[in-house]
Amino acid sequence: MLSKKQARAFFLGGTVVTFLIFIGLTVYSFGKPQDQSNYEAITESVVRGKELWETNNCMGCHTLLGEGAYYAPELTKVIDRRGKGYIKAVLMTPVDWAPNGRKMVAYGFSQEEAEDLIAFFDWIDDVDLNGFDTVVSPLAKDKN
Amino acid sequence: MKYKSQKVAYWFFALSMLLFGLQIIYGFIMGFAHAGFDVLHDVIPFNTARAVHTNLLVVWLLSGFMGAAYYIIPEEAQRELVSVKLAYVQLISLAVVGVISIIGFHFNYWEGRKFLEIPRPLDYLVVVNVLLFLGLILTTLFKGKRRTTTALVLSMGLLFAALLYLPGMLPFDSQVMDSFFRWWVVHLWVEGVWELIMGGILSFLLIKLTGVDREVIEKWLYVIVGLTFLSGVLGTGHHYYYIGVNKIWLIVGGIFSALEPLAFLAMALFAVNMYRKGEKKHPNKLALFWTLGAAIVSFIGAGLLGFAHTLPQTNLYTHGTLVTAMHGHLAFWGAYAMIVLAIISYSLPNMTGRKLYESTRGRMAFWMSNIGMIGMTVAFGVAGVVQVYLERRMKMEFMEVQKEVEVHFVVLIICATLFLTGITLYMIDFYKHGKPTDEALEATSN
Repeated sequence: MLSKKQARAFFLGGTVVTFLIFIGLTVYSFGKPQDQSNYEAITESVVRGKELWETNNCMGCHTLLGEGAYYAPELTKVIDRRGKGYIKAVLMTPVDWAPNGRKMVAYGFSQEEAEDLIAFFDWIDDVDLNGFDTVVSPLAKDKN
Repeated sequence: MKYKSQKVAYWFFALSMLLFGLQIIYGFIMGFAHAGFDVLHDVIPFNTARAVHTNLLVVWLLSGFMGAAYYIIPEEAQRELVSVKLAYVQLISLAVVGVISIIGFHFNYWEGRKFLEIPRPLDYLVVVNVLLFLGLILTTLFKGKRRTTTALVLSMGLLFAALLYLPGMLPFDSQVMDSFFRWWVVHLWVEGVWELIMGGILSFLLIKLTGVDREVIEKWLYVIVGLTFLSGVLGTGHHYYYIGVNKIWLIVGGIFSALEPLAFLAMALFAVNMYRKGEKKHPNKLALFWTLGAAIVSFIGAGLLGFAHTLPQTNLYTHGTLVTAMHGHLAFWGAYAMIVLAIISYSLPNMTGRKLYESTRGRMAFWMSNIGMIGMTVAFGVAGVVQVYLERRMKMEFMEVQKEVEVHFVVLIICATLFLTGITLYMIDFYKHGKPTDEALEATSN
C-alpha cells in the first residue's frame, strides 16, 4: 500500500515535471517559427486599439478570440461581417447603439480612436486561430 | 476554538458574506439584462455588472480562504497567530481595495481583462496585502510547535496563488500573449493552486468531523493534489486551442484537461470514504453537509461539466458561448463557494460558543442554495447548447439567437431566486451565531 512518503514524492515529482514541460511548451509556442499571431504586423495603432479595448472593458460584454462575456457579439472577423464603415459608426455614435433592443454604451470615440480600434480588429482577423475563425467567420458560413 | 487569535477569522468570514450578497445582486442585474430587461443600463451597464460580479466572487472567496487560514493555521501549528493587529490591518486593506475597485468599475476605471479587471495601481496594493497575509501565516506556521501536511498544503496553495498573480501584471502589445498569460493566473489559480487551498481546508474539516486518523487523510491529500497538478498544469492548454497559438496545445490541452475530472473524482471519493470510515460523529451536521457537498458538487461542476466541453472538437463550437457560463457557475459554487461555507459552518459555533449545529434553517439554506444553483446551471446549459446550434451550426445572427434564448434566462432568474433564498437563510444563521468571544475558548475543544 502507498505510504505517505511515496504520496508526497508523487505530488512533488509530478508537479515539478509538469511545470517544467509547461514552461518548455510556452517558450516553444512563442518561438518565431511557431508564431501564428502575426506579431510583426502589430503597429502603434494596433497597440492603441488594444489599449482602448482594455480601458473600456469591451470584454465585459463582447468576446474576442472567443474570450470575454457572452452578452454581445464575437468580434473576431467582425470586419468581414460588418465592414469598416458600420463599425466606425457604432464606435463614434453619441447615442446608445441598440440593435434588436440590446444596448451598447455610447462611447463616442473620436475618428482616430475608432481607426485604432479597427486596426486592432484588423490585426486580430489575421491571427491563425486553428480553425475557430471558420466557425465565427461569415465567409466560412457562406461556404458551408 | 483553541487559540484566541483564531477569532480574527470571523471578520474575514463576515466580509465574505457581505461581498457574496452583493455579488448575487449584480448577478441578478445581468440575468435581467439577458432576459431583455436591461433597465439599469444607464447606471450599471452590463460590462460593469459583469466585472463587479466576477471580481466580487474572487474577493469574497479570497477573504474566505484567508479567514480559513487564520482559523486553521494556529490550530495546526499549535500557537497563537504572530500578530492579530496586523491581521486586522490586512483585513481592512483588503476591504478597501475591494471597495475602491468596485466603485471604480462604475466609472470606467478598470483594466478590462476578464477576471483581472482590478486597475493596475490597485494591483500593487493587492500584492502588498497578500504579502502581509502570507507573512503572518508563514511566520505563525514556522514558529509553531508542529508543521502538519494540512497546514503545509494550505500555505503552499496560498503562496503559489500570490506568486501566480504576477504573470497577470505583465504588459504585452499582443492580445494573444496577453490572453495566454492571463490564463496563467486564472486557470492555474482555479484548476491548480486554489485546489491546494480547497484540499487543505477539506482535509482539516475531515480530520475534525470524521475522526479518521490524520496520517490516512493527509496521505490521500497528497495523492489528490498530486493528481490536480499532474492534470491541471498542462490542462491549461484547453484555453489555448483557439486564441492564436500553436496547434500543439490542441493535443496537450486535450489529453491533460480530459484527465482533470480524475482529481475531482478522487476528492469526492476521498471525502465520502473518510466520512464512512469515521467513527467519531461530530455533532456539527451542517458543517458535514457543506463539506461533503463541496467535494461532490465540485466533481459534477468542475469535473464533469468541464469535461463536457474540454475536448478540442467540442470546444471549437462551444468556445465563447454560454456553455462556459454553465460550467463556470457550478464549478465555482461546488469547489470554492461551498468549501468556504463549510469552514464557516464548522468554525462559527467554535468561535462564538453558540452551538447551532442542527437547524431547519441551516438545512434549508443548504438544499435551497444547491437546488437553485443546479437549476441555474441547467438554464445556462440549455441556453448555451441552443446558442451553439443556432449560431455556430445553423449560422444564425448573434442577436437573433439571443432573442431565442431569452426565455431560459427567465428560468435562470427563478432558480437564482431560490438560490438567493438559501443564501439569505445561511446569512441569517451566520448573524444568529453572534460575535466571537474569548469565552468560547473553554466551551469547545474541537
